[in-house]
Amino acid sequence: MTTPRDQAIEPTGPGLGPSVSARRGALSHGQAPVIAVVAVGGALGAAARYGASLAWPTPAGAFPWTTLLVNAVGCAVIGVFMVIISDVWVAPRLVRPFFGTGVLGGFTTFSTYAVDIQHLVRSGHARIGLAYLAATLLAALAAVWSAAAVTRRLISRRTT
Amino acid sequence: MNWLLVVAGAMVGAPLRHLTDRAVQARHDTVFPWGTFAVNVTGCLVLGLLSGAAAHGAAPPSLRLLLGTGLCGALTTYSTFSYETLRLAEDGARFLAAANVVAGVGAGLGAAFAGAAFAQAVWA
Repeated sequence: MTTPRDQAIEPTGPGLGPSVSARRGALSHGQAPVIAVVAVGGALGAAARYGASLAWPTPAGAFPWTTLLVNAVGCAVIGVFMVIISDVWVAPRLVRPFFGTGVLGGFTTFSTYAVDIQHLVRSGHARIGLAYLAATLLAALAAVWSAAAVTRRLISRRTT
Repeated sequence: MNWLLVVAGAMVGAPLRHLTDRAVQARHDTVFPWGTFAVNVTGCLVLGLLSGAAAHGAAPPSLRLLLGTGLCGALTTYSTFSYETLRLAEDGARFLAAANVVAGVGAGLGAAFAGAAFAQAVWA
């Protein structure tokens, strides 16, 4: 009696399998550690987001600055992180699922963003809701783009 | 106790996002990030429903922390959404990058409003 996990087969990772069906088969091999680190990372990120919401609570009808900053910071960090693990650092297998998928994915939130806009619009603060919609989008995209660009520049300066 | 509820919800939400993303991405051949789109829209619908229920006294604060702050918060992601948009733009797929932003925000908002409207119909 061997379960798939007992076999010493390393998963090839997404995108490396020869076919979709083979990739699906690989899902069952060695996925337990990946799921575990995503869960732990997600818990850490979500706890940090919850802590920020307790430290800087947003009154009803007010501009949700805390969630905007949480999302913008998470986007800046993923911009730095993805450039580093793509260009300079051959990270161990579990680093990206733990930090990128888990911590940063758990820290940032799309559902609170959308539902906060819905609340603002429904409670007669449509202007604040629309401003928040646009400001988060701009801050998030500017953060990920500039963080990735600055990180690439620093790396190329160091290596040339 | 509150922290434990958030942590417990997130320990389900984050792996659920990872597994959903892999399952969705394995089933199409386009470069559009449908996996992140799917988890974000689903999370917006559930949180809209939950906060609508809470507004009518049908969801206790503990459930909001567990399913709202914890599960939906970790199921959905802004960092991956932004990063995937950046990747599409950098790879020359500018139309898809713009479509990802418009469709992601549009569908997420639509789902949040739909969830809230459903909660209003059921619990008001």
